[in-house]
Amino acid sequence: MQLDAVFAALADPTRRAIVARLAAGEATVQELAQPFAISQPAISRHLKVLETAGLIETRIDGTARPRRLRPEAVEALWDWLSQYRALWEERYTRLDAVLAQIQHEGTAERKDGT
Amino acid sequence: MSRLTLTTEGERHIIVTRRFDAPPSLLWRAHTEAALLQQWCVGPDGWTMPECISEAVPGGRIFFRWADASGHGFHLTGHSVEVTPHHRIVHVERMHLPDPTPDNHVVTLFQPDAGGTILRMTMTLPEEGVRAAMLATGMADGMEASYQRLERWAGHAADA
Repeated sequence: MQLDAVFAALADPTRRAIVARLAAGEATVQELAQPFAISQPAISRHLKVLETAGLIETRIDGTARPRRLRPEAVEALWDWLSQYRALWEERYTRLDAVLAQIQHEGTAERKDGT
Repeated sequence: MSRLTLTTEGERHIIVTRRFDAPPSLLWRAHTEAALLQQWCVGPDGWTMPECISEAVPGGRIFFRWADASGHGFHLTGHSVEVTPHHRIVHVERMHLPDPTPDNHVVTLFQPDAGGTILRMTMTLPEEGVRAAMLATGMADGMEASYQRLERWAGHAADA
């Protein structure tokens, strides 16, 4: 799954609103179109972009075709943020050691009178 | 152990906050002296920083090169914008992977805190959609909340 495509898909405010709506649970195209002053075909085009990006999927339920968020997409975003956080946690743990070291050297220098 | 917090602000910023048991003057040195940066600004595991240029003056050059055990790696270029000793650094950076990523504007603040320092680093997100994605999926509520939400979604998917 390409995070770049996910981010690009979410650059549009209508698509963000659709994703936010789907975060609350699956919905039909009609339900998704309701809050927006745009046509159903226009909503369908937005849904197509979101689906191509891998953010949402269509469930087949008899004649209904509700859309829902793909857990994999949410997981990919979560991973991206987790890795970012983990990298800085690791760096700052190393930084604690570096700070302790230079603080110690500073104290030693003062004792030497240098 | 002081925990790192990661929050978002506006459309495009990630803020990392962390407390250290050392005064701002030492945090300043660790963020501006190349020999010190090379010791900690590395990772994930196995990655080192064999080359580091850090000129903490306005317009000063920034060049970090990271490498793995086989010597392969990537580098970052940038420059210092505003520099207030022991207090604040504003710089611009971009990764070369090898294509350059969009400029990341970073503000690093060192605030004294009872003998220690609270570091606050504000970064511009590499992609405009990241914040949107975080908001839309509820990640902006906090990592723990997002994790629970993720598990709920995963549960729904399994049920379906």
